[in-house]
Amino acid sequence: MKRRRFDWRARAIQIGFVIALLLLWYYLGRSGAVSSIFLPQLPRVAEKFIQIVQSASFYNNLAVTLFELIVAVAIASLFGLSIGYLVGRSRYAVLVFEPLLAGIFAVPIIVFLPLFMLFFGIDVESKIAFGATYAFFPIVLNTIGGISQVDPRFITVSRSMGANERQLFRRVLLPAALPVIVTGLRIGATIGFLAILGSEMIAGLRGLGSRISNLAEGMNTAEMFAYIVFVIILAGILNLTLSTMQRRFDEPRSAS
Amino acid sequence: MRLVPVPDVTQHAISVGSVSHAYARPDSGVVQTLNSVSLDIRKGELLCLIGPSGCGKSTLLNIIGGLVSPTAGEVRVNGQPMRGPAPKEIAYVFQENTLFPWNTILENIKVALEFQGVPVSDRQDRANQAIEAVGLSEFAHSYPHQLSGGMKQRASLARALSLQTDILLMDEPFAALDEQTRTYLGEELSVLLAATNKTIVLVTHSLTEAVFLADRVVVMTARPAEIKATINVNTGHPREPSFTTSAEFSDLRNELYALLRDEIEKTVGGFVGRAAARDRERRAVAGEGGARS
Repeated sequence: MKRRRFDWRARAIQIGFVIALLLLWYYLGRSGAVSSIFLPQLPRVAEKFIQIVQSASFYNNLAVTLFELIVAVAIASLFGLSIGYLVGRSRYAVLVFEPLLAGIFAVPIIVFLPLFMLFFGIDVESKIAFGATYAFFPIVLNTIGGISQVDPRFITVSRSMGANERQLFRRVLLPAALPVIVTGLRIGATIGFLAILGSEMIAGLRGLGSRISNLAEGMNTAEMFAYIVFVIILAGILNLTLSTMQRRFDEPRSAS
Repeated sequence: MRLVPVPDVTQHAISVGSVSHAYARPDSGVVQTLNSVSLDIRKGELLCLIGPSGCGKSTLLNIIGGLVSPTAGEVRVNGQPMRGPAPKEIAYVFQENTLFPWNTILENIKVALEFQGVPVSDRQDRANQAIEAVGLSEFAHSYPHQLSGGMKQRASLARALSLQTDILLMDEPFAALDEQTRTYLGEELSVLLAATNKTIVLVTHSLTEAVFLADRVVVMTARPAEIKATINVNTGHPREPSFTTSAEFSDLRNELYALLRDEIEKTVGGFVGRAAARDRERRAVAGEGGARS
């Protein structure tokens, strides 16, 4: 398989699609076919967007949400990577715990959100705990998958050459499992972001999510849309950063 | 007390003493793979293990290398009993794809040297020497997936040679390659190994490869494997390609195939032999009937 080259035409079509959506939004608002309470006009949203990025409260909310995300992903990574490694090293542990973890992940954990609020309060702590819980599963599952699926011949050949446990981890298990683990981290961060915004919107005092739901309740749709646009941009940046990271790890072995 | 030890000519490089191996299968009890195999391998000898597929020749090789423990018996390397891998004495060449795909060829060899415990300062030179020995200098900084199958196996050989062990174990090293490539690599190996004086055990299922490369070919039976026969090939190394067209070569090859044929039939449940036997029987019966009438 050859590495995909940068395709200008594909990129142009993608940008064209976004522009078409924006144009549709613009003309729908301008024609008056849709009430501006439901769909605020594009120029109004742009105006609000510029306004909010200049306000201090915006940065406070942004800082809260980013802080929650970073701490949640850090906690999820710490537990996900270490548990994933320990389980992934033993075939029996994989047999026992992999289906168990995958099964729990299939449960919509959002139904337990009230419990998180009870245990951790309504402020940032419950958002961190909830986001970390969601982010944990893709990270731990991918780490188990990555470590347990390392070609056993690589381990045999390393042992025959005298590798000790530390060398085996650093030179074989880690590099072999890394692409799968990084994918887990990427999915974990994306889902963690979603869980944090969602829990903020359902019940929260601070952060981008609770700001958005406050604005919606106050029928302030133009500003709400401005926040939504910002969250979309943020998600885009997050995704771009993580996928660039992932590509970096995939590069030297596009085929084996 | 003697200060200078007298070389012990009777000591073998590898000594396999009544080695048996069996493993338990969850559904169908115990599978016996090796049945009391004894074998002495001289220093500097190239010995080929040949047998029907699945007979346990790879298991025997892994027991010699200390990667698998025998259920009975013992392997001694240079007089010392084997307990686990011996990276200072024994290097391996496996079938395709044991080079790490995330490392270049040079890095692969340097990691191998790190595993073996070679000091950092020596790794670069030894890796380069080994790569040069197999003629892959141009590709030192390539990743395995950028090389052809034959080049990958040469790189694996370079990795094994860089470890500078006295013993080299090769488990069907050319099995994944096409016939032309494996013939050529066999010739190359003969030249390369003539210069090193290593003790080599090579598992193969190719009759041509076995006769072309080996000083001695050990024929194994179907599972549970025992040693059926041993054939000597008395031509010196390096061997020329013309050796393969000699009468000696084809005689040995035919002899080998004759020894192997029954075992292969047992393994694949073949019908050629049985059909022939039935045919003979039928003719005998018909002959009898004819005589009576």
